[in-house]
Amino acid sequence: MMAAHNADTGGGAGRFPSTHYSALVALRGPDQAERERALDVIAQVYWRPVYTYIRLQWRRDRDEAADLTQGFFLEILEKDLFADYDSARARFRTFLRVCLDRFIKKQDSAATRLKRGGGQTAMSIDVDAMEAELAELSSRGVPAPDVGFEREWILGLLSLAVERLRSECATSGRELPFRLFERYDLGKLDTDQSSSYAQLAAEFSISIETVTNHLALARREFRLIVLDLIRSMTGSESEFRDEVRAVLGVDLP
Amino acid sequence: MNKLSDDQVRHLRDLVDAPDLSGTRYEIVRRLAAGGMATVFLVRDRELEREVALKVLTVADQGGELVKRMLREAQIVARLEHPGIVPIHDVGRLPDGRVFYTMKYVEGVTLEQFASPARTLPELVRVLQRVCEALAFAHAHGVLHRDLKPSNIMIGAFGEVLVMDWGIARRASDTESTPNVAAGNDHPATDTAPGMALGTPAYMAPEQALGRPELIDQRTDVYGLGGVLYFILTGHAPKSGSGEAEIIPPRTHDRKIPRRIEAICLRALAADPRERYPDVTSFADDLDAFLAGESVSAYPETIFERVGRWTQRNQLVVILILVYLLVRVLFLFWRHA
Repeated sequence: MMAAHNADTGGGAGRFPSTHYSALVALRGPDQAERERALDVIAQVYWRPVYTYIRLQWRRDRDEAADLTQGFFLEILEKDLFADYDSARARFRTFLRVCLDRFIKKQDSAATRLKRGGGQTAMSIDVDAMEAELAELSSRGVPAPDVGFEREWILGLLSLAVERLRSECATSGRELPFRLFERYDLGKLDTDQSSSYAQLAAEFSISIETVTNHLALARREFRLIVLDLIRSMTGSESEFRDEVRAVLGVDLP
Repeated sequence: MNKLSDDQVRHLRDLVDAPDLSGTRYEIVRRLAAGGMATVFLVRDRELEREVALKVLTVADQGGELVKRMLREAQIVARLEHPGIVPIHDVGRLPDGRVFYTMKYVEGVTLEQFASPARTLPELVRVLQRVCEALAFAHAHGVLHRDLKPSNIMIGAFGEVLVMDWGIARRASDTESTPNVAAGNDHPATDTAPGMALGTPAYMAPEQALGRPELIDQRTDVYGLGGVLYFILTGHAPKSGSGEAEIIPPRTHDRKIPRRIEAICLRALAADPRERYPDVTSFADDLDAFLAGESVSAYPETIFERVGRWTQRNQLVVILILVYLLVRVLFLFWRHA
């Protein structure tokens, strides 16, 4: 059974190997524990886009969408849905969406519908938060399902990267870089407070150079984590570069 | 954790691409623009307490060639102190060895954004005149821009006009056998070797597109200005690619475009450099003449057109003469009666 987690808290996936770990490879491997861990990572990034896609494309109500989202991630492991994935033929997230469409069509048949909701809980989904977000999105015009999917995918990826940075900084005793990162790169936009390096230096009683260096360190780590996550969920170098372009809007050197 | 807001997501996406500025006097604020080879960030200068734009290469620098070119670009622009050219403030190196330079941060819009249908033709031509002034200055200092296009022209909040992105500018005196192009924009890394081309295909002069560096001179920029004028008149680039396709006359798009400004545009866009304006000043003179309602060198008028233009320019005089003639005729009729 897949490890339970709450995407809002980032889950308990621990530190990932930072070099060329592929969740896609692990997911199709023989080791059950590795497969569950890989699915856990994929679910953390993809549950939001999957839920959003089901709501927008398949127009299911919130409860059914939550149910289908959970069922989909369970079925990935149970039915080995990604066994046929070939990175030469499609991006992983495109493939995932095709699998999702098939899964929902299959669930629509009466025979399989009865099997759903059998008490297995794959993960906790913050439906209220997702609905609030969908309502906010809809207030600007209902987004196309694929646009909603991509938006939530990027959001999921960056949210998980922030959580990993927090976790890694805490584990290695480097809380200050993360606190500065949180304050300057996350906090200032959230609260509309313009914290210059000088203000941060005064607030934390450190020199401006220390602020600069700590922020540079945290940002370097954050970059590595984001690239690491993207790499872990892509099947080839060219797909990795394509996805980096999609997430960051720039080409890798 | 709390859900990331859209602004936070945007900022974090920029951040992953952000350079490490530790050891410099700058703090990242946000990414302004990303090209194929370089990215421009808005940064805060702690020493002078102001915001500036910082340009840094984003591609791998094999053999240090790009560093040299980046420095060259900075040096070229630094020589050009003119209100229409973005000033360079500083050049430095990042901890990872990449060269960056900082320049004035211009808050405004590009000509591409500025040239909405609500703008009048004279208003837009006046912007082009300011561009000509900057170009004429650069040419006087022996520098060619070689990548003029609407997106490289900024109109500031106070109406100031600035020519941006001198990434492939070069000194006119540079020998053609050596690499002589500053890198750092959306273009390939090499240029001016025979058979190779740099620039933006839709606005690129034929001699540039064909990789004929020995033919590149001031008239290459005149072609670029013609391309910008074409955009002003039609809303389109003169060409869809770098080929030698014939340029569709602007009046084909819109019959209301005055023939004289169309002629100025087409002369600047002549495929053969010898048929273009010999320099930017001659091109600007024709723009001045057009705005003043005078004859332009690019368009030989018929006698009727000349009379028509004179009539348009002197409407009050014409009305007074017509009124006078009418009164005289009426007076003659009255006497005769």
